[in-house]
Amino acid sequence: MSKAKEQKMNEKYPTLPKTPTGITGLDEITGGGIPKGRPTLVCGDAGCGKTLMSLEFIIRGAIDFDEPGVFMAFEEKTEELAMNVASLGFDLDDLQAQKKIKLDHVHIDRSEIEETGEYDLEGLFIRLNYAIDSIGAKRVVLDTLENLFSGLSNEAVLRAELRRLFHWLKDKGVTAIITGERGEGKLTRQGLEEYVSDCVILLDHRVINQISTRRLRIVKYRGSVHGTNEYPFLIDEEGISVLPVTSLKLEKPVSSERIRSGIPALDKMLDGRGFFKGSSILVSGTAGTGKTSIAAYFANQTCSEGKKCIYFAFEESPNQIIRNMQSIGVNLQQHVDEGLLKFFASRPTLHGLEMHLVAMYKTIKKFKPQSVVLDPITNLITVGSVSEVKSMLIRLIDFLQEEQITVMFTALTLNTIISDQTDEGVSSLVDAWMLVRDIEYNGERNRGMYIMKSRGMKHSNQVREFIITDKGLDLVDVYLGPDGILTGSAREAQILQAQTGEVLRDYAFGRKDREISRKRKVLEAKISSLQTEFESIEDELNKVSQEEELIKQVTEKTRAEITQRRGEKG
Amino acid sequence: MDEEKKYELRLYVAGKTAKSVTALQNLKKYCEEHLKGQYKIEVIDLLVHPQLAEGDQIFAIPTLVRKVPEPIRKIIGDLSNEEKVLVGLDIRPA
Repeated sequence: MSKAKEQKMNEKYPTLPKTPTGITGLDEITGGGIPKGRPTLVCGDAGCGKTLMSLEFIIRGAIDFDEPGVFMAFEEKTEELAMNVASLGFDLDDLQAQKKIKLDHVHIDRSEIEETGEYDLEGLFIRLNYAIDSIGAKRVVLDTLENLFSGLSNEAVLRAELRRLFHWLKDKGVTAIITGERGEGKLTRQGLEEYVSDCVILLDHRVINQISTRRLRIVKYRGSVHGTNEYPFLIDEEGISVLPVTSLKLEKPVSSERIRSGIPALDKMLDGRGFFKGSSILVSGTAGTGKTSIAAYFANQTCSEGKKCIYFAFEESPNQIIRNMQSIGVNLQQHVDEGLLKFFASRPTLHGLEMHLVAMYKTIKKFKPQSVVLDPITNLITVGSVSEVKSMLIRLIDFLQEEQITVMFTALTLNTIISDQTDEGVSSLVDAWMLVRDIEYNGERNRGMYIMKSRGMKHSNQVREFIITDKGLDLVDVYLGPDGILTGSAREAQILQAQTGEVLRDYAFGRKDREISRKRKVLEAKISSLQTEFESIEDELNKVSQEEELIKQVTEKTRAEITQRRGEKG
Repeated sequence: MDEEKKYELRLYVAGKTAKSVTALQNLKKYCEEHLKGQYKIEVIDLLVHPQLAEGDQIFAIPTLVRKVPEPIRKIIGDLSNEEKVLVGLDIRPA
């Protein structure tokens, strides 16, 4: 936040001014940083990252915010500190030479010190004051102030002086971090939290099931809202990253843009256009059903379009995946060479779930891919319970949706639990869920695929046979025969059988046709002979009737003649 | 006690506080009693020379540092306990 903007904000609302730490994620949790001009306590067990966090606060301040800082170390020597952060790419000596940072090691060794009578810690104040003034420091770190207690025996004096020190720091107007070892039942061994009342950050390093996770929690932040959860954080070659993982809002942008799955037949099942951009896709199935192949196709498609993709592999090594995919005609190596595809392989047991999440988060932020593949999420269960995996995936999906990155998960379902219920309980979270399953029939195993759900689009309800050949993946319609669904060679056989049947039927038809025509001919012949018969009978009849007529005529004529003759006579 | 040894003592103070004054008085008294002629006291006021605090690892005031003979010894406080001061400075064996 720029100074002018900050001031403007302060005028509007008199809120607590904050100093950004520059540590990735921490400023988001604290809503802008730690309280400006006040001391903040960072406490935790040994090895939890207190020193590094405070040192990074100083270094980031000096480099990114132009605020010089004093680091007063009660534990480690300045050379040791410089060496510790050199591995993170910071050159402390150079920063010291530029007067941006001042390191001061306060060496306290009980064996060298004798105490007699009254004393105070004015020397420390003077030293600190001198260090602050010499570089105009705005930030101060006192790394494990409690070491004073191990070096000096007069606790009453120490406590009084500490109280004075914190007041003094406030008066001085520097933003300070004080670190403290965690004590039993208390945040710090010496109860430093009593003195620092504004902001307390607790770091934690827990080992559960032999897997360690670092976590951070803001115990208290007076006068400011802050995230109250435990946030995992990561120390790597770039320093500390805290992951503000849970966004409680469901206000993510949505896109109606579509992206292709890489398998045309699958796109066709999905309304012909593929998945929504920024959606989450789950591919689940039993072992060996080709989940990885589908994922590789998806990655391949993304890269072929010139977009970037990250492939998180939790089972196979990148080279293994590349080799295996070559056998089905997918060349992932070329995309790796072009820098479009990035593999990120790690054993799930490498670190805890949260750390995986942080690591993924960081990688994704840095690489800015269009799509991400997680293969398989089921393996994560080895490092966490189902609910933990679920919550982690929720957060990951959340984050990816915010970034409009399409994600494809693969999940292994066990043969024994084919109840299509949940795969790591994420099925309700994902937008599209494809199920690949074995169809064992007729002495062979085939793969059937169907779309369990696909939010917001028309999708096919058909079970398709999923074929993996050396040419690639394809989906074909299964044969719906009278005996149910047929796949594989049974399907082929059924198709052949159907073809044979058709030929036979054709032949049969032909024979019947010919017989009918023959019959017709016979009948026609019969009809014509009957007709002839009829004609001859008719002729006969005609003849008879003509004769009768003739006889009648002759008779009448004769009678008439007779009558006439009688008349003549009579 | 080695008579040949020369004691170089440095007393760090911060202004003229009661504790500092007491410490200096005590120190002078002990030295006169036990190290007459073979000591040198240097008083450093850190309010005037704050940059010197780091070199001798000073954090408490007043602090008495025995620079010579080696090894360096430090005594903090107003030096009111004579016994402790003498043992601390290795003038008298513990």
